[in-house]
Amino acid sequence: MSLGPYASFIVTSYLLVTVVVMTLIAWIAIDYRRQKQRLREFDASGVGRRSGRSAADLR
Amino acid sequence: MTLIDLANPTRFLTLTARLLPWLAAATAILLLIGLYQSAVAPDDYQQGATVKIMFIHVPNAWLSMLVWGVMSLAALGTLVWRHPLADVAAKAAAPIGAAFTFLALVTGSLWGRPMWGTYWEWDARLTSVLILFLMYLGLIALWRAVEDPSRAARAAAILTLVGAINLPIIKFSVDWWNTLHQPASVMRLGGPTLDRAFLIPLLVMALAFSLLFVTLQLAAMRNEILRRRVRALQLMQVAQAGRSPA
Repeated sequence: MSLGPYASFIVTSYLLVTVVVMTLIAWIAIDYRRQKQRLREFDASGVGRRSGRSAADLR
Repeated sequence: MTLIDLANPTRFLTLTARLLPWLAAATAILLLIGLYQSAVAPDDYQQGATVKIMFIHVPNAWLSMLVWGVMSLAALGTLVWRHPLADVAAKAAAPIGAAFTFLALVTGSLWGRPMWGTYWEWDARLTSVLILFLMYLGLIALWRAVEDPSRAARAAAILTLVGAINLPIIKFSVDWWNTLHQPASVMRLGGPTLDRAFLIPLLVMALAFSLLFVTLQLAAMRNEILRRRVRALQLMQVAQAGRSPA
């Protein structure tokens, strides 16, 4: 596959999209872990524990 | 499970947990197919291989507008029906929409340099998309700036609906004004003008990016629901601390 004289523009475009999409995915995954961790900490400290349901008991 | 059931955040979380692995897998498979088709697509007789930028530029440009459209529907849900997930959906969508708009602007610029001889031109299409990007950033800043979530939700919903005026301006800018940007070649009344060799990879990539948006949106909404639960527990902790004797 030859990309011709403008190969750098094409490759940069695809690389940039890959980097931004991977960053979005990583940011959302890290945020999920952070929120779950905070909920587990509240659960361990007993805050909000009612009717036997734990704060971290959320998927 | 009915649509009404989804108004319950806990049920929404259960559904999201079931759907996300399937959506992620479908997105990955479709992206791989789309990338392969983009790689083997022939060169354009005028643009050469730079036509390959179209396969990522156009889906990002479509999604930049679609996401604001979704946020506008969510804004109506916040203002009219006060749906508990409406503001969650809008807040979760904003950074994703901003990312798609950023990619549309930059890949368009990288496509424009070899084709038009310039990275940027202050024409109606490019400028209106830049305004869309700035509106996304403004909304994100608003959600971060206002402490009370219900006040932030109303203000953001109003701003989103006002900003929706920009969507038809972006779409029809190439018809209403003399722009450097080419007119629509896929979503037009007379049908697509693109050859099948370019149209099929483009549509596959558009579907793949749309699925990517749905996947990221559900995951980001799940995070926002959890964040609000954390906030509620923090407030409860403060209240408990205030009641306890010194």
